[in-house]
Amino acid sequence: MTNDVTNMVVEVMPHFEGYVYPNEATHQPLWSVLIVLYPYITGLVAGAFIMASLVRVFKVQALEPVYRLSLLTAFSFLLCAPLPLLLHLGHPERCYQVMMTPHLTSPMAIFGFVYAWYLMAVLLLELWFDYRRDLVEWGKITPGFKGLLYRLFAVGVTDVSEPAVKLDVRIGYVLSVVGIPSAFLLHGYVGFIFGSVKANPWWGNVLMPIIFIMSAMVSGIALCVFNYMVLMWVRQKPVGMKCLDTMGMFLFYALVVDAAIEALDWVHRIYSAEEGFAVLQYMAREKLFYTLSLGQTLFGTLVPLILLGLLQLVGGRMPEWLRRRMYFVSSVLILIGVLAMRWNVVIGGQFFSKSLRGVMSYKMEFAGMEGWFMGAILFSLPFVTLVALVKLFLSERLPATPHEDFTAKSAAPNG
Amino acid sequence: MRRFQNSVAADVRRLKLLWKQSFLTSAATVLKEAPLRERFTRRSVLGNITGAIAGLLSLSAARSVKAAVQKVFVTAGAPKGYDPAQHKWVMAIDANRCIGCGLCAEACKKENRVPEGPFYRTWIERYLITKPKPGSGELRGETLVDCPNGGMRGFPVPSVPKEEIQHSFFVPKLCNLCEHSPCVQVCPVGATFDAPDGAVLIDPSYCIGCGFCIQACPYGCRFMNPTTHTAEKCTLCYHRITRGLLPSCVEVCPTQARIFGDLKTAGPDAPIRQFYQNNRVQALKPHLGTEPRVLYAGIDKEVR
Ligand code: SF4
Ligand code: SF4
Repeated sequence: MTNDVTNMVVEVMPHFEGYVYPNEATHQPLWSVLIVLYPYITGLVAGAFIMASLVRVFKVQALEPVYRLSLLTAFSFLLCAPLPLLLHLGHPERCYQVMMTPHLTSPMAIFGFVYAWYLMAVLLLELWFDYRRDLVEWGKITPGFKGLLYRLFAVGVTDVSEPAVKLDVRIGYVLSVVGIPSAFLLHGYVGFIFGSVKANPWWGNVLMPIIFIMSAMVSGIALCVFNYMVLMWVRQKPVGMKCLDTMGMFLFYALVVDAAIEALDWVHRIYSAEEGFAVLQYMAREKLFYTLSLGQTLFGTLVPLILLGLLQLVGGRMPEWLRRRMYFVSSVLILIGVLAMRWNVVIGGQFFSKSLRGVMSYKMEFAGMEGWFMGAILFSLPFVTLVALVKLFLSERLPATPHEDFTAKSAAPNG
Repeated sequence: MRRFQNSVAADVRRLKLLWKQSFLTSAATVLKEAPLRERFTRRSVLGNITGAIAGLLSLSAARSVKAAVQKVFVTAGAPKGYDPAQHKWVMAIDANRCIGCGLCAEACKKENRVPEGPFYRTWIERYLITKPKPGSGELRGETLVDCPNGGMRGFPVPSVPKEEIQHSFFVPKLCNLCEHSPCVQVCPVGATFDAPDGAVLIDPSYCIGCGFCIQACPYGCRFMNPTTHTAEKCTLCYHRITRGLLPSCVEVCPTQARIFGDLKTAGPDAPIRQFYQNNRVQALKPHLGTEPRVLYAGIDKEVR
């Protein structure tokens, strides 16, 4: 039966040009949409965390209204990040082997540890130390199941005396400081999973981790802008313009650096024109036109660069409603652009044969494990998680106790 | 379901081994002995987490488990008493001899029950290099490569007329048995490994089916088996060579284009030694530093 099906597929869809190795002539790339989502989601985590660190470590007071939201965003996306990776495995039930008997020369194995470190030792702890005092308070005043949850999350550490809270703040700070390199490591490693594949000239590139880190920051900040604006809109609260302008500024600078590095990568590739350049060029032009030229370059980078650049230059003279719209449009475009970039890397890297003599194409199906539908579900999961987390931890009805470093302003999104 | 149960059972066995040697035991004792209140102070929570991470990172136990698993696999594929340290298997290809009949690819599919479709442990490529157009000033013409059905059923009449062809030849391909194999390097669990006897093997009961090795192999030698959902590749017919037989492709090749031997036991007259004696040889994609051990005679710069 399987034989019949595979035979049929091969005969019905001759979807390659030139020569491809026989093992490459499968009806869809080995790594498809799930593996596109995985670096995308991980990147959003890293970016959102950096955003939160701006408040904690770099004391950017204007961003306090989004501090907790960014942390929760990072957390909910991190929880969902390994899911696409897991689902794509041929044997998901054996996945724990990656942690139990890891092979230390494998970037994927090391990623397992970096992920665990980041989730357990950085993000979870930072959230807990940041929220502990509030959890204790909320546990006292909230009845029923929700109150029980808060009490559970406080894991019995109910000491809210001043020295204890001070200690919380100090540890939180240390965790943020540790968190920044960890976030870089997390996403740099994702870049390295691709960058280390020397067999593939589209991936094997020393700049890959750096490109991944920069684009992660860009997309993470854009996601925070998006989440913040949507949250304010849902709650019918005014958007803090100072906060938004500051986020916009960071977004702009990150985007400038990101675009510069990616341009450098291109210049280098075109100039050195190594083996297989012709086939890569053909692929980029013919097979990736929509996602590379339009999605990633024009709408994902140039348009937001212009919008955000204008806001930097003449933003002061623009009315607030226009600025808000421009920020929103830029953030959405950037989010789409970075998704396109991940697609171009992951799928693009499998659109040409390693014989460097031919190209494949691929039409994504709707149904099935690697189809649109599954992709959409997986990508909406972190948002669903985030909604639940926001309901629990950014509730408007609960008072957020201001801490020493973060004055009452941090309570702004809580109303 | 059955497959799942089997694999879980195997994993549980391995885990038990690991359990004995690793941090889990010590972590468990700590948890058992500490009174409840102490267990959940902030410092102890932090301490436990750090301990667990440190434990995870003390991987020597994991490494020895993995090595044991690999050894079990080698001995499972081979007959009792087979000692991988006593052999160094290798294959060489004399492309001058290959006639493109495709018997080897077909024999391989049958011998190793490779699924139908675009899945090949070995295949044959046909290269046609045309003459340059008169007056074009070019070195040579175009290079056309094809490989219908892995060359399993031979090749159709070429699309270019005979007079226009300058060179035409066939190149059998298989796992290059890289000395520095990128596939082994990237496998996150060590399911693919270099056996001491020169074969590069995959333990299908251990492979998680991530496909990283398939991406990392520069030669397109690996594929994801659609029935077992694990990576697969040429094993040099490990079940045969460890019993003193030839790999099936070598066995059926009518022209001896494939030369197989054991470098540790081959005398100077052995075909494999004679091959290196009589030919200047080439590796595929040497610039990648994979140091393939399968070497070719009679190929062209166009072969990748
Ligand atoms: S040819 Fe491919 S599968 Fe064989 S050892 Fe080299 S990298 Fe691994
Ligand atoms: S597919 Fe299997 S053998 Fe290949 S890298 Fe993944 S776990 Fe290792």
